[in-house]
Amino acid sequence: MNSDNSAMIRFNQVNKWYGRDHHVLKNISLEVKQGEVVVVCGPSGSGKSTLIRTINQLEPVNDGEIWVDGVQVNHPRTNINRLREEVGFVFQHFNLYPHLSVLQNITLAPVKVRKMSQADADQRGMELLERVGLSNKRDAYPSQLSGGQQQRVAIARGLAMQPKVMLFDEPTSALDPEMIGEVLKVMQNLAESGMTMMVVTHEMGFAREVADRVVFLDHGEILEQAAPAQFFNNPQCDRAQQFLRQVLAPMHG
Amino acid sequence: MNYHWDWGVFFRSTGVGHEIYLDWFFSGLAMTLGLALAGWIIALVLGTVLGVMRTLPGKVLPRIAGAYVDLFRNVPLLVQLFIWYYVIPDWLPDAIGNWLKQDISPTTNAFITVMVCLGLFTAARVCEQVRTGIQALPRGQANAGYALGLNIVQVYRHIVVPQAFRIIIPPLTSEFLNIIKNSSVASLVALPELLGQTKQLVDFSAAQFEAYTVGTLIYFVVNIALMFFMRWVEKRLRVPGLIALGGK
Ligand SMILES: Nc1ncnc2c1ncn2[C@@H]1O[C@H](COP(=O)(O)OP(=O)(O)O)[C@@H](O)[C@H]1O
Ligand SMILES: [Mg+2]
Repeated sequence: MNSDNSAMIRFNQVNKWYGRDHHVLKNISLEVKQGEVVVVCGPSGSGKSTLIRTINQLEPVNDGEIWVDGVQVNHPRTNINRLREEVGFVFQHFNLYPHLSVLQNITLAPVKVRKMSQADADQRGMELLERVGLSNKRDAYPSQLSGGQQQRVAIARGLAMQPKVMLFDEPTSALDPEMIGEVLKVMQNLAESGMTMMVVTHEMGFAREVADRVVFLDHGEILEQAAPAQFFNNPQCDRAQQFLRQVLAPMHG
Repeated sequence: MNYHWDWGVFFRSTGVGHEIYLDWFFSGLAMTLGLALAGWIIALVLGTVLGVMRTLPGKVLPRIAGAYVDLFRNVPLLVQLFIWYYVIPDWLPDAIGNWLKQDISPTTNAFITVMVCLGLFTAARVCEQVRTGIQALPRGQANAGYALGLNIVQVYRHIVVPQAFRIIIPPLTSEFLNIIKNSSVASLVALPELLGQTKQLVDFSAAQFEAYTVGTLIYFVVNIALMFFMRWVEKRLRVPGLIALGGK
């Protein structure tokens, strides 16, 4: 099942339908190399969430292949739980476990899945909380945190499994504007540490500064892929030009 | 109507040792609570399994659990009890049937029968509460678990079921109060629980108003006390913002 390709994530001719005739992903082929940061953008409903959720098979696909670190994730014989351990996922609505404390949120998977001792997991969890600037919140419950803090805990929870890849699905779009910066900062630090990342976001400042490549999705199709400078300064297709006008100057859209 | 009230009856001797009639209420109450508790354990364990089954992917397991619920919720409790007591023992393998009918005392036999009957009846109701609690959770809760590599058993065990139970403490409390009240059907198969003992006291002393007054009060006080206790438990376990934002 090993591919000779060195890409960390690879889509090969992937198609997905919802029901019989809603074609949400159309012939997607895409590669993300080790250490690369790829931003996915596109209009609402274009299939960005669906695309990123197929990588850890929260959404199954109908045909094509998806590979992560040389393992085909949509192969029937792949142990999907093992694969998901290697792929961190950060949700738009955080999805922290409200009945567990911050530290317990982070240590649950390392203890239950990786069979790490609670003491080791706690220690690692504290290091991660430090890294996202929340070590004083270890015993708080999610509902006692602001949205920005919850999302930083969610990032720490994903990192606790020591994943090879981190996926983000609009990590800041449920946040009040004043909290967006703190989350993006954590993500930028993560990118600088060499993590392979795929990020669905409309934060074009982040895309410009942090991304190695921007992928533009529209109606389930990849219409454009380019380095940020090129994408923002000289978008090729009409749909991308229109989209950029709307996100960069929403009042004049 | 000139009924002659005689509250002194409770302190008269039953004629057995030092026992007074009041003692019958205590032994009856103990039997009622024992029965309700034993039935509740069956209901809680089986009901949780069935409730989880109803939310699992696929068709077979949810349908089995659904059929169970339909069956046990649509036959009157009393009919179920008579079936368990009068019909099922004859269908059981001889070894078990004879054990029930001959080897153990009639009281033990009746206790086991009512315990099973109440447990299986209430399990159907617990099942529906558990299912409702699980379905009330945002889909993103389970997905967050799967995304971290937890398998379905771990997701239910550590994420879904603990949260569902916190949500359904109030309806589960009323089911527990129901099982206490429903256990009074046991008096119809001669089990000396609270209602059985009350009736027996009436037969022995003819003080029917006094007996039923006290019997009723005991049911009432026990249920009210439990209700307040469970409210306290609910507060202690309450997690603020348990049902937070949606998200998948
Ligand atoms: N579970 C689902 N069932 C049916 N259609 C869906 C489902 N999830 C998403 N869709 C549809 O698929 C399309 C892409 O959705 P999504 O990937 O969420 O888009 P985006 O994240 O870019 O806004 C939309 O038209 C949406 O309505
Ligand atoms: Mg989306």
